Amino acid sequence: MSVVEKLSGANAAPDVPVLAVEGLCVSVRTEAGLKPLVRDLSFTLRRGETLAIAGESGSGKSITSLAIMGLLPPPAVRVTGGAVRLGGVELTTLPEGRMRSLRGDRIAMIFQEPMTSLNPVLTVGAQLVEAIRAHEPVGRKEARARALEALRAVRLSQPERRMEQYPHELSGGMRQRVMIAMALALRPEVLIADEPTTALDVTVQREVLDLLRDLQRDLGTAIILITHDMGVVAEMADRVIVMKDGTQVETAATADLFARPQAQYTRDLLAAVPRMGAGAARPAVTGDVVASLRDVVVRFPLKGGLLGRVTQNVHAVEHVGFDIRRGETFALVGESGCGKSTIAKAIVGLVPHQGRIEVAGQSLEGLGAAGQKALRRKVQMVFQDPMAALDPRMTVGDLIAEPLVIHDVGTRAEQRAAAAELMARVGLGADGLDRYPHEFSGGQRQRICIARALAMKPELIIADESVSALDVSVQARVLELLRALQAEFGIAFLFISHDMAVVENISDRVAVMYLGQIVEMGTRAQVFGNPQHAYTRRLIEAVPVPDPAHKRAAGVRLAGEVPSPVHDIGKGPERVALVDIGGGHLVARA
Amino acid sequence: MARYFLRRIVQAVLILLGVSFITFFLLYVLPADPVRQIAGRSATAATVENIRAQLGLDQPFVVQYGRYLAGLVQGDLGRSYLQKTEVAELIASRLPATLQLMLAGIAAELVLGLGMGIAAALLRGRAADQALMMTSFVTVSAPQFVVSLLLLYVFAVKLGWFPIGGYGTWAHLVLPALTLGILGSGWYSRMMRSSMIDVLRADFIRTARAKGLTQSRVVLRHALPNAILPIIAMIGIDIGVFMGGIVVVESVFGWPGIGQLAWQAIQRVDIPIIMGVTLVSACAIVLGNLLADVLAPFVDPRIRLR
Repeated sequence: MSVVEKLSGANAAPDVPVLAVEGLCVSVRTEAGLKPLVRDLSFTLRRGETLAIAGESGSGKSITSLAIMGLLPPPAVRVTGGAVRLGGVELTTLPEGRMRSLRGDRIAMIFQEPMTSLNPVLTVGAQLVEAIRAHEPVGRKEARARALEALRAVRLSQPERRMEQYPHELSGGMRQRVMIAMALALRPEVLIADEPTTALDVTVQREVLDLLRDLQRDLGTAIILITHDMGVVAEMADRVIVMKDGTQVETAATADLFARPQAQYTRDLLAAVPRMGAGAARPAVTGDVVASLRDVVVRFPLKGGLLGRVTQNVHAVEHVGFDIRRGETFALVGESGCGKSTIAKAIVGLVPHQGRIEVAGQSLEGLGAAGQKALRRKVQMVFQDPMAALDPRMTVGDLIAEPLVIHDVGTRAEQRAAAAELMARVGLGADGLDRYPHEFSGGQRQRICIARALAMKPELIIADESVSALDVSVQARVLELLRALQAEFGIAFLFISHDMAVVENISDRVAVMYLGQIVEMGTRAQVFGNPQHAYTRRLIEAVPVPDPAHKRAAGVRLAGEVPSPVHDIGKGPERVALVDIGGGHLVARA
Repeated sequence: MARYFLRRIVQAVLILLGVSFITFFLLYVLPADPVRQIAGRSATAATVENIRAQLGLDQPFVVQYGRYLAGLVQGDLGRSYLQKTEVAELIASRLPATLQLMLAGIAAELVLGLGMGIAAALLRGRAADQALMMTSFVTVSAPQFVVSLLLLYVFAVKLGWFPIGGYGTWAHLVLPALTLGILGSGWYSRMMRSSMIDVLRADFIRTARAKGLTQSRVVLRHALPNAILPIIAMIGIDIGVFMGGIVVVESVFGWPGIGQLAWQAIQRVDIPIIMGVTLVSACAIVLGNLLADVLAPFVDPRIRLR
């Protein structure tokens, strides 16, 4: 008997809902009384069906999933109305002891963060065996055998070895597979997947989504998919519930929702989703070169051996070269660990490099402290997490004026006036100057970071995943702001992102990075319209398309992990040679 | 692994050298004169100078310290000025008693402190949590001799459950160990509480709950091993503070350990004994830290010794 046959065997009859939610209300107790987080939510879920709950942050989609699982953080947050029925069992009033016996057995959950969702001090095997033995009266040996089967079912390589490994020894994609194995080992009727692929690279996301779909087909599990990504919704879901501020805005079959969205909010949400191929054609940028990289290499030494000598190097960036022109948006794309952020750090002099980096005609080599400081006026950075990038103890006015203070530009009053002007320029009121970062929303905070980056009138702004943490509607507006600022000030952007659709929308030229090297580079039209390198194609094909009618080419399923960038000293990765295939479109030829 | 221990041993030797230098220097500049202690108040100036020359205390600091080090590398800790005995023998005869008290005291502070910390974290925000944290505050701020005398009064004098002082049976060990445990538990309970609260918020705890594990299994198997990691490092550091407590507790309970020996030696400026006890304590601290670091990878697989 195959694993899959053994795993399937849920007992619900078809067309009878396995899960029914009726008028669910969840509230949080605050000093000002009960504040509703989810209001009057109803839906049913049938066997083998995938229901997506889509919405932006704060819409109540994750709270809904925790309410169904009975895992709301006590005592502040609790169910204040409605019912959740699993089969015939009402869950909201079930005593904790009985709820616990259902949890993980008949209803299971996987979470967004595979890096932190597994216990770091227990082996993968121990955590799987424990999940099985919590519900089934089997011995250690049999539980182990079933855990191994579950690992095989999620197509994890070397399952016997994985059993003995600790979570930190596995990659993010492998950990998420372990989570899925753990959730499905007991053949639950319902699987709640809360942003299961949001923290993963796009090619890994593709593998995990394929896996979930295959397992669902084999096991007949009903899936509630919580996501903010309309591309994932379009690919995975049979039906969709769109939520906003704790209420259901619209519900429909996936095809209908995308074809004929009824609610205004749904229409806005769909309009804000970046789509591949939607970027407007832009004329080639021919301004002066603002930043120029030639043969740039960044390696981090690893010490080892008896005397603590360098025995290995992490080859983070290998022989990278490109130019960025005034008024141009140059995008670096690639998956985590490919070296794109390291290049950004090298350009601002935060990591030592070999090769030549010139910014505004000035080489970085041999710059003293004064020279470095002068250089930093010309290059500014905007990071991914605006909350972490803003000192919580400084007012927004002080934060924006800080570069002016550091570089001693203007009087105190002039600095303040400049901050007010910058606030207005990024679309925030001057009344926010005396407030603190935590009083602003995520999108507003990122605008503050942009205002701060603009303070020194830089020639180059490095945007390192600057819109990745934002909701799509907010993301669209921030991207718009960046474009407007570029048109107004002629700023060059180095735009670093893992999101192919965003890059396709904003960039003039694109370089695709893999394992520290550029494997393809050209204009946006060249790279996205005529991708030549196998890795570029893989990246583009892996992006979920926000269109249920889209048929994915039955391409080769990707397998295996990205090789390690660590090499013994004196050795290194094979250097790829870039060949011009016409019009400046460079492609690596192996 | 061998390389790791080699490096740690070299580090330890340097630390002990530093400790010996600082202690020796402080004793040298101290206004108290050991020779006066030996000779007595009525001794003539000639006698005093005679004794001073005999002990080599008339030599410059560098010479004195050099002689001490020369003895030390041969395993010679010197002779007590007043007891006319080898310091090494004195310490060796008293070390077992101190080690016994130390182990019992550390066990007591861990049981009390970790227990209180875990309970407070699980009952976070309730009255019991506040009561436990108030208790820890009291134990942290209470002077050592007050706690010692209070326990002595209640359990030895009034209730008569345990002997008033001395050494020999398990009953003798209870009150001094409990004193040390109570004194140390405050720090541990506070650390444990905040560490536990952090861990209970972690994603993997939510995963464990979603698996349908019982509360006790979530706490004991998933939360505790993670929450205890920062505590392990703290135990190593804490041994220094702990040795200070032992001096007081041994004196109050008449426990014949090196703390009591040190206490008497300090009062009489018996430099060789003070030096010897200080070095032994420093050794204990170094060993405690080494032990904590060696243990850490067994609890946390992400840590590797390098």
